[in-house]
Amino acid sequence: MTVLDHRPTDPVPGWLPGATAPRTDPAPLLPDAAPVRVLGAADLAKYDPALLLDLYRRLVAGRRYNQQATTLTKQGRLAVYPSSTGQEACQVAAATVLAEDDWLFPSYRDTLAVVGRGVDPLEALTLLRGNAHTGYDPKATRTAPLCTPLATQAPHAVGLAHAARLAGDPTVALALLGDGGTSEGDFHEALNFAAVLNAPVVFLVQNNGYAISVPLTQQSAAPTLAHKAVGYGMRGRLVDGNDVVAVHEVLAEAVDRARAGGGPTLVEALTYRLEAHTNADDATRYRQDAEVTAWQEHDPLLLMERQLRAAGLLDDAAVARATEEAEALAARMRTEFHAEPQLDPFSLFQHVYAEPTSQLLEQQAQLAAELAAEDER
Amino acid sequence: MTPTRTASMAQALNSALRDAMREDRSVHLLGEDVGKLGGVFRITDGLAAEFGADRCLDTPLAEAGILGTAIGMAMYGLRPVVEMQFDAFAYPAMEQLVSHLAKMRNRTAGKLPLPITVRIPYGGGIGGVEHHSDSSEAYYASTPGLHVVTPATVQDAYGLLRSSIASDDPVVFLEPKRLYWSKAELDQAAGSEPIGRAVLRRQGRSAVLITYGPSLPVCLEAAEAAAAEGWDLAVLDLRTLVPFDDATVAQVVRSVGRAVVVHEATGFGGVGAEIAARVTERCFHHLAAPVLRVTGFDIPFPPPMLEHHHLPGVDRILDAVAKLQWEA
Ligand SMILES: Cc1ncc(C[n+]2csc(CCOP(=O)(O)OP(=O)(O)O)c2C)c(N)n1
Repeated sequence: MTVLDHRPTDPVPGWLPGATAPRTDPAPLLPDAAPVRVLGAADLAKYDPALLLDLYRRLVAGRRYNQQATTLTKQGRLAVYPSSTGQEACQVAAATVLAEDDWLFPSYRDTLAVVGRGVDPLEALTLLRGNAHTGYDPKATRTAPLCTPLATQAPHAVGLAHAARLAGDPTVALALLGDGGTSEGDFHEALNFAAVLNAPVVFLVQNNGYAISVPLTQQSAAPTLAHKAVGYGMRGRLVDGNDVVAVHEVLAEAVDRARAGGGPTLVEALTYRLEAHTNADDATRYRQDAEVTAWQEHDPLLLMERQLRAAGLLDDAAVARATEEAEALAARMRTEFHAEPQLDPFSLFQHVYAEPTSQLLEQQAQLAAELAAEDER
Repeated sequence: MTPTRTASMAQALNSALRDAMREDRSVHLLGEDVGKLGGVFRITDGLAAEFGADRCLDTPLAEAGILGTAIGMAMYGLRPVVEMQFDAFAYPAMEQLVSHLAKMRNRTAGKLPLPITVRIPYGGGIGGVEHHSDSSEAYYASTPGLHVVTPATVQDAYGLLRSSIASDDPVVFLEPKRLYWSKAELDQAAGSEPIGRAVLRRQGRSAVLITYGPSLPVCLEAAEAAAAEGWDLAVLDLRTLVPFDDATVAQVVRSVGRAVVVHEATGFGGVGAEIAARVTERCFHHLAAPVLRVTGFDIPFPPPMLEHHHLPGVDRILDAVAKLQWEA
């Protein structure tokens, strides 16, 4: 008898779905039918005003940080800067939903989230400045290095969350990805592992419409990226990524749920990259000004400021204070990046292995000789 | 307690994993079929039963996911040992291996070392079909940040695996799968064997065969055959490709004056080329002949019924030895 000959009256073979444990009903996993929105849709009175003002201040500081870093690339002070202008709400929410012992797994565009975790704003930029790879101590800040190979940080988040759960610790890991990154194999393997292991991990996809020049329609045919969760047996959520309160709420709920043993969540935040991919990109080749202008009206800062003012939580003085704070940060960036960084050529040979190999020691001596010869000239 | 027993290489590896897991709770195994089945080569036999399914984890079938997850586990303080089912099936994990496993210590200025051992059964000689017989050591050896270890004896399988698991650096531990069933005395009490040191398996004055892993027994056999023809061959077992034991290799080559590097991986861009270059650079004035290489052909690994033509055997080694222009 073959599988095709199998008749319903026969005893169900052990490997068929339903023969052992019932598999998950997909319905509760399906993402929100429309992106979750708070600003403009809900009464802000039920939110803690201190939280709202904190989110606002972080948005303002984040925007200024993005602008200053972009200017620094134009001056040649940074090697490259993938700006998150327009995406600050996702960055701010990602940083503020995590507890101190939780871990953040950022990708290259997520400097603001890293800074939001408490990493020094200048140390967060060493990779992009070009003086070192990771300027901060990932363990001290529970923030993984900015990750350049797309989606490869996602399985790390799963492994760390899994290990924490085995240790009985309440740690949650949050992995940040872009829409393009969801096409990579590592993204899918990470989701599958997370669901199978029931790991306390949250994936936030910042869907900003483009992977460099390629629009979402050419990236994925899924109804939403959040739908991808369902196939792995994980909950998907869809949120307006420019609504900082909504992103915070959806992420916080997912983090709490993961912490309580409820398993992983995939959150898709719909947002837009207002600047080019990086300073090296020419965005006019692949998108129209009208599209950018339309999204400028939906700027996360404008939405938040308008709502907070309407709710009577923000006045000109508070706006001025937030702006001043942001200016102080920008001034610090300018001063420090004008100074030449201290570089040690012999750091090249450090931290390749716990103990340098004899080969590395020989090469280090070679470099020393080369430097000495240069000095004599 | 009896200090020694006869064991196969597979059993020695199993004992090394078991002892490491008993001594250190942070040692966790993960891979495909490593749990109930004990791995397709049974290297993890009985470990899930003794240490539980969490510490000997049957993962979904995804090599990048396995290694990526292990990296996250190591970031949280565990000491994962990953099993890749076969040499050619480790390739999906290549990006995790090259971009993260090998570089994390360096990227984070030493803050995030990754004490992970990646065990990979490798090489031919077992009649495996396509994708089951690759010798992939050159890929790993040319990736800075990894140690590359490959035992050839039962005792080394135990001792080097213990050291690899204890290492704070990532180790690619290549298991010569055709030697899994070779048997010898195993002294578990001897403990770990430091990585990074070559060992002379056979003294000889005419020339030295420099080799490792699956080719060691072939070289020893060739040396026996050569003795009958009046050639006195030394056999040097590298045991570790990274770090490379330049000192021992140079010392032996200088004392002998002639060298042949033997491995079954393809020759072009292989580790044999690297070794021949290093030996020439260091021992030029002591050499009576160019350093020769005896390797597999530069072809995709052949079908099993043809693999014996590809794998270096005794005759190919003896031909090379003859080419060293023997002075009587
Ligand atoms: C594995 C890999 N392939 C290609 C690249 C080159 N690359 C860098 S960013 C990028 C687009 C990523 O788009 P998306 O994931 O949507 O993130 P966004 O840049 O929009 O934040 C590409 C192709 C890379 N970094 N990693």
